[in-house]
This record gives sequence, structure tokens and C-alpha cells, in this order.
Amino acid sequence: MPSLKERFNLEQMKRNIVDSQVWRSMFRHGYEDTPRNRVLMVVDNLWLHLHPTKIRRHAIRVRFTWCMGGITFLLFLYLTVTGVVLMFYYRPVGEYAYADMKYLEFDAPFGMFMRNMHRWAAHAMVISVWLHMLRVFMTGSYKPPREFNWVIGVTLLTLTLLLSFTGYLLPWDQLSIWAVTVGTNMARATPLLGHEGPFAEMVGVTPRFDARSALLGGTIVGPPTLLRFYVLHCIVIPLIASILMMVHFWRIRKDGGISGPL
Amino acid sequence: MAKEDKIVGTSEDLPRTSWERVNDKVHVWPYLTRLEFMCAIILTIMLTAWSILVDAPLEEPANPSATPNPSKAPWYFLGLQEMLVYFDPWMAGVVLPTLIIVGLMAIPFIDVNPKGNGYYTFGERRFAILTFLFGFLVLWVWLVIQGTFLRGPGWNFFMPWEEWDPHKVVALTNVDLPYLLGFRGYWTEAAVGAVCLLAWYATIPAWYIWRRKSLVNVGVVRYAIKSFLFVTMMGLVAKMALRIFLNVKYVLVTPWLNI
Ligand code: HEM
Repeated sequence: MPSLKERFNLEQMKRNIVDSQVWRSMFRHGYEDTPRNRVLMVVDNLWLHLHPTKIRRHAIRVRFTWCMGGITFLLFLYLTVTGVVLMFYYRPVGEYAYADMKYLEFDAPFGMFMRNMHRWAAHAMVISVWLHMLRVFMTGSYKPPREFNWVIGVTLLTLTLLLSFTGYLLPWDQLSIWAVTVGTNMARATPLLGHEGPFAEMVGVTPRFDARSALLGGTIVGPPTLLRFYVLHCIVIPLIASILMMVHFWRIRKDGGISGPL
Repeated sequence: MAKEDKIVGTSEDLPRTSWERVNDKVHVWPYLTRLEFMCAIILTIMLTAWSILVDAPLEEPANPSATPNPSKAPWYFLGLQEMLVYFDPWMAGVVLPTLIIVGLMAIPFIDVNPKGNGYYTFGERRFAILTFLFGFLVLWVWLVIQGTFLRGPGWNFFMPWEEWDPHKVVALTNVDLPYLLGFRGYWTEAAVGAVCLLAWYATIPAWYIWRRKSLVNVGVVRYAIKSFLFVTMMGLVAKMALRIFLNVKYVLVTPWLNI
């Protein structure tokens, strides 16, 4: 009679599972620490395959990259997730927006936590993207062949600021409308296109039809502005930023990986 | 331990030739992925703790008829709002931001110094680093800090320990630069202002003629863009100084625009 141990042979059970067709359809390789598996871990994984399989030794030093590009990206992911949760509760309508913020704060489960996380991650992202730019400058990593990736980076920096700015309006409280009023007031002074800008008479723009009113959907920061900023904040800018991030990461690889001394 | 597993080796292990340096590689799994994982965990903990401890602000409902004093833009734009003290809105709010973005994008194309590509160095690119750090730390970071903590009602200066007095009046006797220099009459002053501005930018061709030998590898177009951006940035500083020390409002006054 086989002993208990022989009947419940864990090793054998594991082998049966791991060798089964179902398992092998999902996981293509084992986890023993072999050079082959180290490579497969990266290439066989959709998320990790953004990485090369091997990387220059200095490039993984925190002292070199400050991890700031990765942190920026991680914060962007947090913002996407918490932002989607906030969208479940928030309506970008003059009558509702502020009440929805209060609802989030007092009634929605984890509402305030989600809001806090979204807000602080947004501030953190502005800072981390500045620091990332600073480090890329200090290591001279914008020099050939990485010129164009720097240009994409500057666009990403601008988009990050715009994302933050359009989001600033959405709570629809005193802080937000006046900050956005101050910020968008400058648009009325755009040369040629703003009604108070230089040479505006020649173009014939008016307070109702100029650069600022196109942005605000009216002459003041009102409900149409709220809707506009909401659409920009939740759809237009994140979409463009995501696409540019893909290009950014792809180019890091195509430009020969993280820069380093030759 | 295999050689590649040593992240910090002895000086014996250091690559000596350029070929060795470029090919001195380690596996991404586990060396980079574990770092990313740690980084993500630490960031998550910090952000979670912060979000539990500190609540995002929510003030009174939006009210278009009650303007708060001061009205401040979001903090990361306070550097630009600060520029409104020294320039008209079309300059501070439109032209300068455009120049900042375009100027940043131009950096890789106007910096022809091949040294310092991919490693930290100060000695090999002093001018580039000093210029960038000045713009970044002084004109951006410092102005944000100042705008956040030292500007109160009426956009007046308040020390952090001072109370914000909305009725504080700062006597300002602003003059335009040509007037200060003793010129009178609308068109005379406009002409003098234009000359001042032109003189400021005339440093660009002057420097080129003086240093043309050392500028051959830069090229005229590249030099023109580079020096325009640099001289404009310094012009910003000059205008700020004129305003702070001499109460100068404009350098150039014309019927169309003032600078
Ligand atoms: C949403 C914003 C951004 C994200 C998510 C992002 C992400 C990243 C990541 C993950 C890396 C890999 C190396 C590292 O972590 O340092 C990187 C490298 C790089 N980034 Fe960004 N970045 C952003 C914005 C920028 C900005 C604003 C600039 C410059 C103005 C920039 C220029 C570069 C360049 C030139 C590299 C290559 C660096 C090298 O090879 O050493 N990026 N970026």
C-alpha cells in the first residue's frame, strides 16, 4: 500500500499542473534562475518587453537616472486609475460639479481617498517631470542621437502642465475658477488673436470671438468652460500624452537605450 | 556569484576600453525589474500615507462675482504670473511661454558641444549647465516659491510672518526708461526706447564679429537662434532689475505695444 506521502506527492502534482496544456498555454517557461529564463521573463511579457533584455550596468544606478522617468510614468498610471474612479461620481455640469465633490468627500466609499490620491499624484507628477528633465539635461542625454526624444519630452512636459491645469478647474470651487481665470486671462492678450492683444484691431477679434473665448466657450469661466476642460482633461490630453509616451519609450530603445559614456 | 551579478565591483572589474564600457551589461530581469518594483512600492506607500493624512482642498462653491484677493494661478504657473509684474500680459502670458517651450526644444540643436553626452560633468560644459540651472532654479523654481509663499493681496510682497493686509498700499511711481534717462516727448521717447532695445540685441552680431573664429563650427543660423534665446532670457532679468531698483515700467512705449 502506498504511503500517504507517496499518494500526495506534491512534486508530482506540481509537475502535472505545470506540464498541463492549460498552464503551458499561459506560461511559456519556468522560473529557474538561468540566463535563458532571465531573457524570457522580459521578452515573453507584454509589459516588460518595453525593456531590452540586457542593459548597461551604469543605467540601473539610481544615481544616474534618479528613477524620475519611471516615477513619472507610474504616477501617470495612478492618475489614470484614480481618475476613472472619480469619473464614476463626477458630472461636469455647473449645477452638479461642486455637489459631486461634496458627495465624494462625505458619502462615496473611499471617495475622499481617491480624490486625495488623484490630487497629490498630479502635483507629484509635475515635480517629477521637472526633475526628470533636469537629470536628462545634467547627463547631456539630449545630445545626438537623442535630440528628438528630448523634443518629445518637452511636449510631454507641456501636456503634463496642461493636464494639471485643466483638472484644476473641475472641483468648481473658488480656488479653481479663479486660478483658471487668472491663467486664461492671458489668452485675451494673445497678439493678433486676443481681443486685448497687440494688433487685435487689425484682425477684428472681439471678446466673444477670440483666442480666450475659444478656450472658455464664452467670455467668462462658466459652465461651458467646465465641460470643455473636462473633455480636454479626461480624453483629449491623456490620449495625446499616452501616444507620445509610447513614442518616447520606443525611441529610448531605438536610440540605443539609456545614454552613457562611450 | 557570476561576474554580472556584481553591481559594485573592485576597480579590477571596471571596463577599460570604450568597447568594454558599452558592452558591460547586466540582465534586466532581475536587476532593473527589482529596482522598479522597489521604487513602485515605496512610491505607493508614500502616496497612500500622504493621501490618508492630508486632504485635498475644497473651498466655497465657485462664485464669479466674488473675486478673491490675491487670485493665484496654480502653483506651477506662478513663475509666469510673476512675469506679469514686469511685462504686459501678451508678453508674460503668451510670448514668454512660447519662447520657453520652443527654447527648450531647441536645446539639442543649438548645443553643439559633443562632450558630456551620457555622463555627469560640469567642467566639460560649464556654459550650458550654468545657463540651464539659472533658468531652471532661479527663473522657474525660485519664482514659483516666491509666488506661493511671498506674494499676498494685490500681488504685494509679504514675508511669511507678516499678516496679509489687503489694504496695504505700496507707493509706486513708475516711469518709463526713456523718461528716466531725461528724454521728453512721445515720439522721442518711443525712438529712444527702440534704440535701447536694438542696442540690447545688437550684442548678438557684435559678439559674432568679435568671436567669429571660435564660432565657425556653430554656424550663423544656429548662433543666431542660440544667442537670441540667451539674450532674451537675460533681457528678462534686466527688465526685472530695472523694475525692482528703478521702478521702470516700460522700456519701449508705442501706440501698438509696450515692452
Ligand atoms: C510624461 C512625461 C515623461 C515620462 C513618463 C518619461 C519617461 C521616461 C523614462 C521612463 C525614461 C527612461 C530613463 C529614465 O527613467 O530616466 C526616459 C528617458 C528620457 N526622457 Fe523622458 N519622460 C517624460 C518626460 C520627458 C521630458 C520632459 C524630457 C525632456 C525635456 C524627456 C527626455 C528624455 C530623454 C532625452 C530620455 C533618454 C535619456 C537617456 O537616454 O539617458 N522626457 N523618459
